[in-house]
Amino acid sequence: MARAVTTQRKAINTTIAWAIGLLIFFPILWTILTSFKTEGEAVANPPVFLFFDWTLENYAVVQERSNYMRFLWNSIIIAGGSTLLGILVAVPAAWSMAFVPSKRTKDILLWMLSTKMLPAVGVLYPIYLLCIELGVLDSRAALVVILMLINLPIIVWMLYTYFREIPGEILEAARMDGAGLKEELLYILTPMAVPGIASTLLLNFILAWNEAFWTLNLTAVDAAPLTAFIASYSSPEGLFFAKLSAASTMAIAPILILGWFSQKQLVRGLTFGAVK
Amino acid sequence: MATQHSRTAARIMMTPAVFLLLVWMLVPLSMTLWFSFRRFLPLRGGDQGFVWFENYTRFISSSSFWPAVQTTLVIVGGVLLVSIVFGILLALLLDQPMWGQGVVRILVIAPFFVMPTVSALVWKNMFMDPTNGLFAHLWRAFGADPVVWLSDVPTFSIIMIVSWQWLPFATLILLTAIQSLDSEQLEAAEMDGAGPLARFGFITLPHLSRAITIVILIQTIFLLSIFAEIFVTTGGAFGTRTLTYLIYQRVLESQNVGLGSAGGVYAIILANIVALFLMRIVGKNLDR
Repeated sequence: MARAVTTQRKAINTTIAWAIGLLIFFPILWTILTSFKTEGEAVANPPVFLFFDWTLENYAVVQERSNYMRFLWNSIIIAGGSTLLGILVAVPAAWSMAFVPSKRTKDILLWMLSTKMLPAVGVLYPIYLLCIELGVLDSRAALVVILMLINLPIIVWMLYTYFREIPGEILEAARMDGAGLKEELLYILTPMAVPGIASTLLLNFILAWNEAFWTLNLTAVDAAPLTAFIASYSSPEGLFFAKLSAASTMAIAPILILGWFSQKQLVRGLTFGAVK
Repeated sequence: MATQHSRTAARIMMTPAVFLLLVWMLVPLSMTLWFSFRRFLPLRGGDQGFVWFENYTRFISSSSFWPAVQTTLVIVGGVLLVSIVFGILLALLLDQPMWGQGVVRILVIAPFFVMPTVSALVWKNMFMDPTNGLFAHLWRAFGADPVVWLSDVPTFSIIMIVSWQWLPFATLILLTAIQSLDSEQLEAAEMDGAGPLARFGFITLPHLSRAITIVILIQTIFLLSIFAEIFVTTGGAFGTRTLTYLIYQRVLESQNVGLGSAGGVYAIILANIVALFLMRIVGKNLDR
């Protein structure tokens, strides 16, 4: 039963919540605004908020000077490739654990989770060395595989929690009607599993896009994604606020938009189903 | 009801994932262990044979070890404190009836989606820069001397940046937990004369305890290995070198692989202690 709330109380809640929300969002907003200023306006004191001459110049300069498109393309390939590969490997595994559980299913799931806890820095040199030996240092292929492995436990877990919500009775009914494994997979499970797979895709794409340990340490020029592109702006040479803002806005805009769609999945995915 | 046939199929379907993760775990881990027992300087003489535990004792007795441990604990603890306390307050606030709740949620969660290098760089330059940063403008507007954030209060600054990224995560999870609380329980307590504080302390907080534990454990695992935020802002200077960053410097900057690997083994042990607690909670949830 919902309780009656006075309009006044609601107005107070709204004001406080919006104020705090805007405060937390402010750094992002400020970055976006600054990206449309000239360098002079970007450092003006007192700062100008909205009333400046909006310009797209910074975006043009950033694109021209650093070949933004190449970094963007690398990010898309690395994040997209690792996510798709991860899904391909994880769907069968999660399916079998959800529908044909055995005594060891729980142990396997927890063991998979434990590989996620391995601190990256603990295996930095071995991976670095392996990449050199295999000739894949600074290659997109290496990062696709590594990020896939890093996120595989999360992908398996998310899919598992989604698949487990598909009622087993439906499968039994299908089996009674003579459906084999193939029909079961194609006509019953796949349609029911699509939303779960889609949210898993989305969240893991975001995680891979923002990954900044392996992408910084294993790339130099050819395979460098947006994380590295931004890090290159930390050198004094790149210290121009408006251009820095334009570069930042371009790096985060796609993921901010995707992220807004994935709030709910975020909770489930990152708490391994423990909070829903 | 699984048949023998489907059991075999299930096992086959699981194989690729299990195999890949097994390789991913065992190969680099055994290499790290191997290197940690050897004197290995790729640029200065290469692999010079076994020294057994010398790397382990040297890593611990080096003058940068304990400061790094301290920095790690301060940063992890600080971010946890900020994100849990403010996360609970924010979650309680967002659970109240209001206009535009969906939009506020989006505003609050947004920082979590910003890539770590971007948030570090934006904070470092546009907010914390002592000449042109917004904070400097603000300080001057009140007639105060601007703070040189990243060298005067470097650890505090990094805690601030990282908290900004992780507060949304804590808020979102705590909010999800709050929303699953049965509101009738609260109403009953209110009818029995329990004030807002009592209701929070005796009903909401106990209900949240599991979610809080999970937030603490998951964040600890991620926070123990923060890298980009330090790499971009201070590069480990001014006493902001965490354990992770120290190992990174040993391995890739000074190319002392043996020493760095021994540090890596310590980091793995540390992370595993935290992970054990997390796994126990998550495991319990599987038994439903």
